[in-house]
Amino acid sequence: MSLLDLSISELGRRLRAREFSSVELTQEALGRAGALDGNLGAFLRTTQELALEQARAADRRLVEEADAPALCGIPIGHKDVLCTRGVETTAGSRILEGYRPPYDATVVARLARDGAVVVGKMNCDEFAMGSSNENSAFQTTVNPWDAERVPGGSSGGSAAAVAARLAVATLGTDTGGSVRLPASFCGVVGVKPSYGRVSRYGVIAFASSLDQVGPLAKTVEDAQLVLSSIAGPDARDSTTSPAPVGDLSRALHEGVRGLRLGIPREYREAGLEGGVRAVFESACRWLEAEGAELVEVSLPSTEYALAAYYVIAPAEVSSNLARMDGIRFGPGEPAAPSLLEAYELARNRGFGPEVRRRVALGTFVLSSGYYDAYYLRAQKVRTLVAQDFSRVFERVDALISPTAPTPAFRLGERTQDPLAMYATDALTLPANLAGISGLSVPVGFSSGLPVGLQVLGPYLGEAVCLKVGAAVERAADVWHRVPAGFDG
Amino acid sequence: MAELEAVIGLEVHAQLLTRSKMFCGCRAEYMGLPPNSNTCPTCLGLPGALPVINGRAVEMTIRTALALGCRIPEFSKFDRKNYFYPDLPKGYQISQYDLPLSLGGHLEFEVDGERRSCGITRVHLEEDAGTLHHAGEIHTAKFSLVDLNRAGVPLMEIVGEPDLRSPSEAPQYLRALRQLLLHLGVNDGNMEQGSLRCDANISLRPRGRRELGVKVEVKNMNSFRSVEAALECEVRRQTAVIESGETVRQETRGWSEVEQSTVSQRSKEEAQDYRYFPEPDLPPLRVSRELVERLRASLPEPPLRLRDRLRDRHQLGEEQAALITERPQDVAYFEAMVAAGAPPRAAANWQLGPLQALCKEAKLGLEHSPIPPAELAELVRMVDAGEVSGTSGREVLAEAFAEARSPVDLIKERGLTQVSDAAQMEEWVGAAIRQLPKAASDFQAGNDRALGPLVGAVRKASGGVANPDLASRLLRERLGRGGG
Repeated sequence: MSLLDLSISELGRRLRAREFSSVELTQEALGRAGALDGNLGAFLRTTQELALEQARAADRRLVEEADAPALCGIPIGHKDVLCTRGVETTAGSRILEGYRPPYDATVVARLARDGAVVVGKMNCDEFAMGSSNENSAFQTTVNPWDAERVPGGSSGGSAAAVAARLAVATLGTDTGGSVRLPASFCGVVGVKPSYGRVSRYGVIAFASSLDQVGPLAKTVEDAQLVLSSIAGPDARDSTTSPAPVGDLSRALHEGVRGLRLGIPREYREAGLEGGVRAVFESACRWLEAEGAELVEVSLPSTEYALAAYYVIAPAEVSSNLARMDGIRFGPGEPAAPSLLEAYELARNRGFGPEVRRRVALGTFVLSSGYYDAYYLRAQKVRTLVAQDFSRVFERVDALISPTAPTPAFRLGERTQDPLAMYATDALTLPANLAGISGLSVPVGFSSGLPVGLQVLGPYLGEAVCLKVGAAVERAADVWHRVPAGFDG
Repeated sequence: MAELEAVIGLEVHAQLLTRSKMFCGCRAEYMGLPPNSNTCPTCLGLPGALPVINGRAVEMTIRTALALGCRIPEFSKFDRKNYFYPDLPKGYQISQYDLPLSLGGHLEFEVDGERRSCGITRVHLEEDAGTLHHAGEIHTAKFSLVDLNRAGVPLMEIVGEPDLRSPSEAPQYLRALRQLLLHLGVNDGNMEQGSLRCDANISLRPRGRRELGVKVEVKNMNSFRSVEAALECEVRRQTAVIESGETVRQETRGWSEVEQSTVSQRSKEEAQDYRYFPEPDLPPLRVSRELVERLRASLPEPPLRLRDRLRDRHQLGEEQAALITERPQDVAYFEAMVAAGAPPRAAANWQLGPLQALCKEAKLGLEHSPIPPAELAELVRMVDAGEVSGTSGREVLAEAFAEARSPVDLIKERGLTQVSDAAQMEEWVGAAIRQLPKAASDFQAGNDRALGPLVGAVRKASGGVANPDLASRLLRERLGRGGG
């Protein structure tokens, strides 16, 4: 039993009761990371000095402020695409090795404002491009439930650290499923907020129109506490929604009685692995038992979503990554005979194969003569996908499905086949195209591997996702299970 | 071979006089600052930083577009123009592609007093790039330094239709556009420093033919004169190419001030594919009709109309009126002088003559002149009323300007007020005739040149304060040549 097994609210109670200090809690997190992360590979770096400084400040606040925020003194980790002032931030890429941003991302600043303690930067696929974490330029994170398997990606380090109890909660980013998929594979909760619900300022961009920061945590309540801290309008990000966030905690205890939940037929037909199907069926039965009405719905544009996603996301990638040109980011190439060759050398050396593939793909689809056939058409599909969801949300309060068709797959299993890797996100990425809210909550196991339930809500419908997530979490009662080897 | 006709269109980039940059809070005024000191994560293009639209820049662009008679669509958006260059920190420029802030207007200008009109395709908004400092000549320099102080400064692009037919029209078009921008208060009009820039597209075709010839883009011109010279050079060059039976290559050429000719920079084959796509970091812009009407109501009087109005109301000369209305600050100075009681024509002469000369030498705009308009107005009034001589007035103005003092005070201090009192004048005239009897008799005998020394003697006798006009009239009367 570790302190890191406790929920945030329980930790908060005990911190306030002086059973232990934030410094002690932080030291335990850092100690576990030191002892257990060697084989797991969740952390790209721990931030011991910063963490202890923040923990001491949190301890003072806990004494001085009667109403200190819920996250005060709680050890968290940041996916390495989130800019942290003065702390190396690489986005899992060689080209940013050694880069220390001079500023904090808005989400980092908001968690700091609320007293959270940053214990480290979490490994991820290079620039968040990947579904297995195997695209990190620095190390491979493995699944805490089975070291031969992937943790999912791209926020794999963030998910694995929470599952292994090396951090109480973490932040990830979800562009096509990059929070929900690793949450499902590692058996933790992961929230993908609606596009614009959380600021992207200071988030190293993968695909700007799809990226969204979300929390990974052991419980739905923990995830809600982190979400409430980071969500809301930000003057520095013009794509944030001006709508107030409201009190999301109320949703946790409201239950699902009277809710209509839709099951997309197309998601059910997505080649679900048997164990995943079985876990999903039982989750459905629990929700019905809790009073929800389940109906089958159809999202007919689903089959085109993956293709559209792999046009739009790479297009944005090709532009977003142009600034990594070897002049200010990446090793310079002063010996190159020309400016063009300096760019080519720096980018060939600095980027891994998957990033290069997507840059090339994105450059191609935006090229003159191809724009209409690819980018424009993909945007039309995107509109259809969004319309599918709005139509369905006129009839149902939320949608449920497995988060992924299979549990965590083996390391190396899909690295040689990009299309198989891309298909991993088939059930998650439509939500990014549509900009709606969603989460993944652990509901069971298939052959010892966690299986997540995906809940999708309408735009700015985080509350209903949390409501359904919390209800099914209570019924499943698996959140407290700790992978072997990390339960000491 | 049929006579060839030039078809010319100008693209003007104008830095906007906003306080902050286009997409961040850094200062838009970047001149003279230490390199890279006027920067932040956004204009440095640091990973993760995001743009936020400068509303003032949008308003200035819409005002300019309205003044040019453009339509303002309700829906507009920003796009990314992608290309690699070391002065472009993000690897793309945020610009506007297919849905600009405005479309379809025209600019009125004059060539040799004849009214012309040139279509305006669009006015849109984008951001400026940084600047490069090469260690030597660009192709041989060992290294180049990047300064991003200018990166992200709001840049308004005014795209003109290919409606100009001769290089000599280009500077007139640019003068009229610059004047409009100055009156709108959106740009400082400085071509030398590059806050106002002009690129030109030029092609030739046989006169009478409708289809356009192969177009060449000309860059690197930093004055009205160089725009005209570059276009004339292109007309000669393209004419020679066509007359030798070859075809003009579609390319981009740069104007070389040193060689006084254009030099090929990039052929069509080397042209960049900018891969425009909608900027996902910025929501589309919805321009409300209320905003458009509010901005329309704030437009200044069109400069040509203002010129005609001032000319007619104050009986100014054509040239005078044109010069006074070049800058709104000059108009304000002039109107303040007139309001303070100066006779308008004389006020215009003094403003455009002595005052402008002093300001130019001191490298000041009139609005920063140490002589406020009311004081110059009083001086002008005194000279006009014969209370001070024109010569004394100019001398006093120069001194007052240099010492930042009131010219009227200086006149009083030195007793320079002209005397026109009849009895006093008669006394001085008598003294002058006594002093120069030879000149007096010469003048009486019909030698007009003898009057000068006599007037001089009157002035001398008076200590410089005698009104010279009155003195010569009295001398004529006394010496029997009155009315002549």
